[in-house]
Amino acid sequence: MSAVQTSLRANAAWRWWELALGGVALLSLFFAGSHALLLNEIAILALFALSLDLILGFAGIVSLGHAAFFGFGAYVAALFAKHVMPDPLVGLAVAMVASAGLGALCSVLVLRGSDLTRLMVTLGVAAVLYELANKLDWLTGGADGLQGVAMGPLLGRFEFDLYGRTAYAYSLVVLVLGVFIARRVVHSPFGYSLKALRDNRLRATSIGMSVNARLAAVYTLAAALAGVAGALLAQTSGFASLDGLDFHRSADVMLVLVIGGTGYLYGGIFGAIAFKLLHDVISAWTPQYWTFWLGLFLLVLMLVGRDRLIRPWTWMKKR
Amino acid sequence: MSSIVLETHSLLKRYGGITPTNDVSLKVETGARHALIGPNGAGKTTLVNLLTGVVEPTSGRISLDGQDITQLAPHHRVRRGIVRTFQINQLFNELTPLQSLALTVSAQLGISRQWWKPLGSDPRVAVACESLLKQFRLDDVMDQKVKLLAYGKRRLLEIATAIASKPRVLLLDEPVAGVPEGERQEIFDTINALPPEVSILLIEHDMDLVFNFARTVSVLVNGAVFAEGDVASISTDPRVKAVYLGEGQHG
Repeated sequence: MSAVQTSLRANAAWRWWELALGGVALLSLFFAGSHALLLNEIAILALFALSLDLILGFAGIVSLGHAAFFGFGAYVAALFAKHVMPDPLVGLAVAMVASAGLGALCSVLVLRGSDLTRLMVTLGVAAVLYELANKLDWLTGGADGLQGVAMGPLLGRFEFDLYGRTAYAYSLVVLVLGVFIARRVVHSPFGYSLKALRDNRLRATSIGMSVNARLAAVYTLAAALAGVAGALLAQTSGFASLDGLDFHRSADVMLVLVIGGTGYLYGGIFGAIAFKLLHDVISAWTPQYWTFWLGLFLLVLMLVGRDRLIRPWTWMKKR
Repeated sequence: MSSIVLETHSLLKRYGGITPTNDVSLKVETGARHALIGPNGAGKTTLVNLLTGVVEPTSGRISLDGQDITQLAPHHRVRRGIVRTFQINQLFNELTPLQSLALTVSAQLGISRQWWKPLGSDPRVAVACESLLKQFRLDDVMDQKVKLLAYGKRRLLEIATAIASKPRVLLLDEPVAGVPEGERQEIFDTINALPPEVSILLIEHDMDLVFNFARTVSVLVNGAVFAEGDVASISTDPRVKAVYLGEGQHG
């Protein structure tokens, strides 16, 4: 095999730490214990952040309204369970398709314009959906949220329990599937073309690629994944509310990616773990002022740099 | 007599009161080695942008193989074989040269929309990349990020990317801009080694290069074709000397 072939194949080969991460995820199922609820939240946030990474880290689309798809997926899943059928997997599929549809519609809005335009457009879409959900209270329950959602057992066998064991296993499996799909996509020619048009749109066009079609495709895919994450939250908590569409959720998921790093697919997972643990630890210690410490952490992270921060042995060395 | 591959018919582009392209009718023959010269601001780059579809003309038509392509989107023109290089490198900085070329070759083969198989899983991609990397002496840096490459290597990648698109008409916008004297000839050797049926339109300042490389020359002045002919007649044309070649002596 030639060096070129070897190198091309090495791009998509599994790294040892990816397999280790998978092992840790599997083990966590057995040792979740009383932390299953927290782990479930982490898995959902990680999937949500992964979907943002696809558009932000790979395609370079900045969004401050990604919660639009998260919240939409949550409402669709909850409404489906309440009015059509309580099976979680069917509900998840329906939420995914519906969110993809919404993503495809909204993708038209992010094709053109600068980063600032995109920030505002995505922010605007999320705000519009938020007020719609607030106003249509006959459907969504308005500010009270959509209550009385009873989920059926997973695969007809596993009931969702109070400790969140089933919920965590469910969310984790979906997250792993999501990572697997995203991984295939980013290593494909399509995935590389996203990086290419992020780096240089002019050149991407000049090698014969239609930039808009690709941006629309990845935006739709990301919306579908975000909708799945929202659906998982609604299904495992039996509740959908305006909170899912709120601005803070869009901002949080951006923070998660900033903490974990963009463009290598696992930033969402590491970021979600760090974010939720920080939140848990700091708010147990000082419940009111946790954003102060989060803010301070962000400042340090930005000023010192992620690469340096996770390598303490380099702190004392001169640059 | 050879056939015309790319032709413009009274092409005109106007921005307010400025007319960077004024009634340009240009014929590029199959297999041409055609140079486009002209002083700064003559409208050379606008003409390239019109040909590649980045800019829409105010009036006039462009045809490829006799078919009207005036309204064709830029990426469709590339797929029809009109490929350009850029005066200022336009590269994918976060990719490696190998990944850039593999993606370009995939686009050329029409498989760049595949979203499930890994990049380079088609054996044709590896074969094409291997010969391109060797031809442009990029094989030793094929796995380095493009943004870390030396200028000369980046310049070679710029040209290699265009060649990877298998052009039928290649528009070279000052291909050796910023390349050291000693390395210029190598780039031109590579360009000269392209199949004879590939038509090349060269935009260049350096007269020595133009007269060495081209067989036909069009001189653009103030957006309009000022003179046109073979190298011998253009290089001795007193009018051309006056407006363009003489420029160097004054400035």
